This record gives sequence, C-alpha cells and structure tokens, in this order.
Amino acid sequence: MPHIALPERLPGITSAFAFRPETAAPMRELAEILLRGPGSLSSAEREMIATFVSTRNDCYFCQTSHRAAAAHHAGGSYELVDAVRFDYPNAPVSAKLKALLAIAGKVQQGGKNVSPEDIQRARQHGATDLEIHDTVLIAAAFCMYNRYVDGLATYTPMDDSNLYDEMGARMAQEGYITPAGHAAAMP
Amino acid sequence: MPHIALAEGVPGIRGPMMLRPETARPMNELVDVLLRGPHTLSPGERELIGAYVSARNDCAYCQAIHGAVAAHHLDGNEELVRSVKQDFEHAGISGKLKALLAIAAKVRESGKSVTPEDVDRARQEGATDFEIHDTVLIAAMFCMCSRYVDGLATWAPENPDFYRQRAARIAAEGYTAVTAGITYSATTSAA
Repeated sequence: MPHIALPERLPGITSAFAFRPETAAPMRELAEILLRGPGSLSSAEREMIATFVSTRNDCYFCQTSHRAAAAHHAGGSYELVDAVRFDYPNAPVSAKLKALLAIAGKVQQGGKNVSPEDIQRARQHGATDLEIHDTVLIAAAFCMYNRYVDGLATYTPMDDSNLYDEMGARMAQEGYITPAGHAAAMP
Repeated sequence: MPHIALAEGVPGIRGPMMLRPETARPMNELVDVLLRGPHTLSPGERELIGAYVSARNDCAYCQAIHGAVAAHHLDGNEELVRSVKQDFEHAGISGKLKALLAIAAKVRESGKSVTPEDVDRARQEGATDFEIHDTVLIAAMFCMCSRYVDGLATWAPENPDFYRQRAARIAAEGYTAVTAGITYSATTSAA
C-alpha cells in the first residue's frame, strides 16, 4: 500500500504524477529529452542505461517498464536489454555503450566514484562529451525517479508482462509528455 | 578539473547546465516548484531538507549553496543550518521537520528504506500527505543533483562569501531566472 493517499489504480510513477501535476510536468519533460530527444545515442541505448540503473537501484516498476520501452525501440529487444541489465560487460553491445554503462554504474553509487579513467575509456571508444554528460544525467535522473517511486511505495503490479509490454510500447512510441500511464490504469 | 569540457569559471551545476540548456530548463523548473512554489512548508524548511540530503551525499557544491539559501531564508542563521546537517534530531527545529528529515534520510539511502513507521511519525507530528510527498521528491531530486554535479567533477568554490552572495540572488529571483540569465553555447543546442 502506498505511504500516502495516491490516486488508485495508477501504476508506479503515474500515480505520483497524478497526485502532483506541478512537479510531474518538468519530470516528464526531462525524461522525454534525455530518452527520446535528438541525440547521437539511440533511444534503445538510452533506455538501456535507464533500465540498468533502475535494476541496480532495485526499483521493480522502473526497471520493468523501461526494459519494455528499450525492447520496443529500434535496435532493442528483451534479450538484449536483459543481457545489459545483468552482465553488460558480456552483452552484445558496442564497446562505447559498455564504457558508458560503466560510468552509469559509478554514478548510481555516487557521483564521486566516476574516475578520469572511466571517462578516458569512454572517449577511447568514441564517446563525445555530450554523450558522457547525458549518460551521467540519465543515471542521476533515474536515481531520482527510482527513489520517488519506491519512497512513496507506489502501487506496483507484479508479474504482469502484458501490462508492462503495453506500457513500454507507449513509452517508446508516444513518449513521456502525454500522461501515458493513465491509459495503463487497472480496470 | 571537470571530466568534460565545461565553461571555465562557472561553478557547480551551472557548468553542465550551460552545456545542455535543454535539460537545464525542466531541472530548474522542478527545483523552483519544489523549493519555492506555493507550500505549507516554508522555503527555509525545504532548503534545509535539500541541504541536509546534499550534505549526506557529500556534495560540496550542493550542500554549500543550498545551505546558504536555507540560511538566507532563516534570517541568516547559518548555525541552525550546520546543526541540521550534523544532527537534525537535536537541532532547533520543529518535530514535524525532524520527522520529514528522517524520511529524507531514508530516501537518500534508497526509496525502499522508508517504512510505514517513518510516515506515521511524520503524520503524528502534523505532516500532510502533500508535505510527505514533497519531502520524498526533494530528497530524490537532490540525489539526482548531487550525482550530476559530482559525476562530472564540476568546480566548487571554497569561499563561503561566494555562496552567501549567490544565495541572496537565488532567494530574490529563483532558480529558473538565475539560469535563464546564462548565455548558452549555441554549439551544443543542436546536438
């Protein structure tokens, strides 16, 4: 049960967004820019970074919904995103993305953990400053979203792969500005 | 030295915000709504929550600037800010704010650390659902900001006067207005 009286039947972050639309608007916009805005990293890659950080933070709602979003983007699949979640050094992704995931893993623990060597490795594999910046901010932002979702003990449907698959498809195709979660309200 | 090329002489979070104005805008809007928007918690109380979480995150820039803004809102009482950062349970603040800071401390570790007992305590001290919600989100947001600032190894000035002066400007104009005054680099905005 949620810690506070959130709108019923809305899953995860969508219930908290509905409770406080004033903070929801910039939070949705930030996710939209970071995960779906113009960028040299594909949306599948960016969603995989988000899913990886949410997995490390053990946030079921975020990792399951963003896993589905990553799978629904071009170049993504459930198999690939799960390989990244659980063992990215051996996942079939680019060396650049592995280096960026290493940075994201450090940010998840604490910003100070990122070393010049981590950055150098990413650069050697072709990462630009903007890609490094966005990786750090995606990881940092999901340390916010994950804490928001779990800190309020939001309603989290479990073992409902259809629900999350449909949610992920909407996140990938329609994005984060439209309150996609409302359509995911439980009957 | 910052991990990536940021504008020189621009301290803390403002360096990466100049590099990436697209993300800076919603981030500053969120900060403004949470810390300065209409509320039953005073701006000073909300800044104390931010300063406390930043101190626990060991983020030099965030704790210095938000500590200075908190003190500015609290009649310049820097000693109170220090005592909250060090040991809020014995600081000269309300029982309600102590209970909210206890929730913020849990959120900082992990959202899952917040217990029904933590929330009950806050309610018994008079906290509303809205105040509990915003405490959780303020704490979560500062876990983002601290990681952003330190994850890019941004520059944090050491002179406390820098933060006092900046705090006065933030208190008067807000976060959105302060960054809106930045001349952004046009080279990155099309990336």
